Amino acid sequence: MSVLVNKQSRVIVQGFTGTEGTFHATQMIEYGTQVVGGVTPGKGGKMHLDRPVFNTVEEAVKATQANVSIIFVPPAFAADAILEAAFAGIPLVVCITEGIPVQDMVKVKHMLKSTSTRLIGPNCPGVISSEEAKVGIMPGFVFKKGPVGIVSRSGTLTYEAADQVVKAGLGISTAIGIGGDPIIGTSTLEAIQLFMDDEETRAIVMIGEIGGSMEAEAARWAKTYATKPIIGFIAGQTAPPGRRMGHAGAIVGGSEDTAAAKMAIMRECGIHVVESPADIGKTVAQVLSVHAS
Amino acid sequence: MNLHEYQAKELLKKFQVAVQEGIPVDTPEAAAEAYKHLKIQYGSEYAVVKAQIHAGGRGKGKIKGTEQRGVAVGKNAEEIKTIAGNILGGILVTAQTGPAGKKVNKVLVAQDVYYPGPQPTKELYLSILPDRTRGENVIIYSTEGGVDIEEVAHKSPEKIFREWVHPAGELQPFQARKIAFNLGLKGEAFKNMVRFVTQLYHAFVSLDCSLLEINPLFKTSDDKIIAVDCKMNLDDNALIRHPDLEALRDINEEDPTEVEASKYNLNFVKLDGNVGCMVNGAGLAMATMDMIKLSGGEPANFLDVGGTANAQTVEAGFRIILKDPKVKAILINIFGGIVRCDRVAQGIIDAYRSIGDIRVPIIVRLQGTNAEEAKRLIENSGLKVQSAILLSEAAELVNKAVAQAS
Repeated sequence: MSVLVNKQSRVIVQGFTGTEGTFHATQMIEYGTQVVGGVTPGKGGKMHLDRPVFNTVEEAVKATQANVSIIFVPPAFAADAILEAAFAGIPLVVCITEGIPVQDMVKVKHMLKSTSTRLIGPNCPGVISSEEAKVGIMPGFVFKKGPVGIVSRSGTLTYEAADQVVKAGLGISTAIGIGGDPIIGTSTLEAIQLFMDDEETRAIVMIGEIGGSMEAEAARWAKTYATKPIIGFIAGQTAPPGRRMGHAGAIVGGSEDTAAAKMAIMRECGIHVVESPADIGKTVAQVLSVHAS
Repeated sequence: MNLHEYQAKELLKKFQVAVQEGIPVDTPEAAAEAYKHLKIQYGSEYAVVKAQIHAGGRGKGKIKGTEQRGVAVGKNAEEIKTIAGNILGGILVTAQTGPAGKKVNKVLVAQDVYYPGPQPTKELYLSILPDRTRGENVIIYSTEGGVDIEEVAHKSPEKIFREWVHPAGELQPFQARKIAFNLGLKGEAFKNMVRFVTQLYHAFVSLDCSLLEINPLFKTSDDKIIAVDCKMNLDDNALIRHPDLEALRDINEEDPTEVEASKYNLNFVKLDGNVGCMVNGAGLAMATMDMIKLSGGEPANFLDVGGTANAQTVEAGFRIILKDPKVKAILINIFGGIVRCDRVAQGIIDAYRSIGDIRVPIIVRLQGTNAEEAKRLIENSGLKVQSAILLSEAAELVNKAVAQAS
């Protein structure tokens, strides 16, 4: 078991024939993901990477029975691409695109409520279920199969965490990069809930950042409902207030969204808080050995 | 992107939002001329000179080395000229600028809005921003304007009101009325407030603002509702559809090192510490800064080199970090996924050789594809570079370097 994506996932790529889309579609196919086609408006009817290209998502779904879409289209058109996938009935949409205007996401978030689509991202590395399917841009070789689920707001820090977990002799069930923007489709809490219901996952690594209140929300929920241990790290303990640290969502506005405030809430709610990013793997191994005995 | 008050007000006027009128100038003579215009147009003896910098607290802030405030009232052309002369070219230090302050290149000579009239005046507060938790825009407002709103929120939270706007439409009339009622307005002032907030919300969305803050929002003695000050931040990601707004960027207000970094597509934020760092990815960069701190150092910067860490970007990164004399060590932390570590290592070696004499210890941590080859490359290069694969090893090396430097 794993969450969100697996060997049966049928994936289409929006922005298939572009540079990014081509590169990462190739990598995903190499990983073993079932990429069944792609969409590039105006290039319908052609073949690309030995897969059919369609003009619209609707056509692609009809022809391929795709149930996952990954989006690589430029920021100005990405909101439209998300909605196109959602209204074509695709249940899982992963948006990699960085730099979508906030007001576009306000609209998208609202319009998705009338569909049954789950959005991951935008501005995220995607989702990977180890040795099953990679729907994203992460380096596949880092992820070995195992009992640890990862939910993270950042890209390379996710790979770092996965690598440490694997080096500690464990592995990853699924890693979900939820994205670094202020308004995103799936929250930290929703990702954690998915892992709580997943039989394969025995512990969850939650990687957060300064800004917003998603980690606090997840921690408060976990205090009452968690059935598995959560190991948490918050990046940005040394970030000054008012400065945006790369991600549009990583900015300290009020006193509640500092790393220190989040870590305090997490501790209070029984989450195993890691202070140094170098200790993530070690801590996961310790926590799991205690829980196993 | 931040805008100056005068730029924000010009934009608001295009959306029929009433503002305190004024004329931006950059010489004391032009300030005196502006005063004369305002006097003819509005009939008041008074006018106010407002320093134009990207920071708040200007009224309380002072020009370095003088007692001149960043916002000051004058009652004739000579006075206005003197005040403008004191402010222009000076360094304004406010609670928000930090001790270094900001150079003032422009002042706004603005109309007097505190003129006498039949009704009492009132300073209010109103701002609009996206609420990330709800995924909707929220209007935050209060009867307590003209003061630090965070203090109001802290001391008397019941005086802060919030109104969320449904993404399917604009601000609804019933919401605009509710805001005007809660602000305690009646008669003409009530009607003017409904119009003001409706138009302001329209401007917020149309301009793709990430923050629009009016403080004070002012009720005049003749019941007009006007924006006396305006802080406007635009969503950088949306500038692509507002090419005209891009022209409003004031490069003088930005840190020159950060501007230079952006030319190389490097995401750089200057900090105050002694260990520089260069990392791929924003989350890992923040985590690396945290690790530096836990190892006994203080991060000197945030620097995300992005997905392609090649010789060119690494060299640019080195040069930018080395400009800071406080830097005692540099940590490069790259998790090579799609980008191969041996290529990054070669880039680091080339950049190092191209710069020549680097006097601070360099710690390179490369993990991911071909990490072992990368470590060998660095170790055989003959350069004074220490290499690590695990993040914990890098932390120890930073700790040693900091101990030796102090």
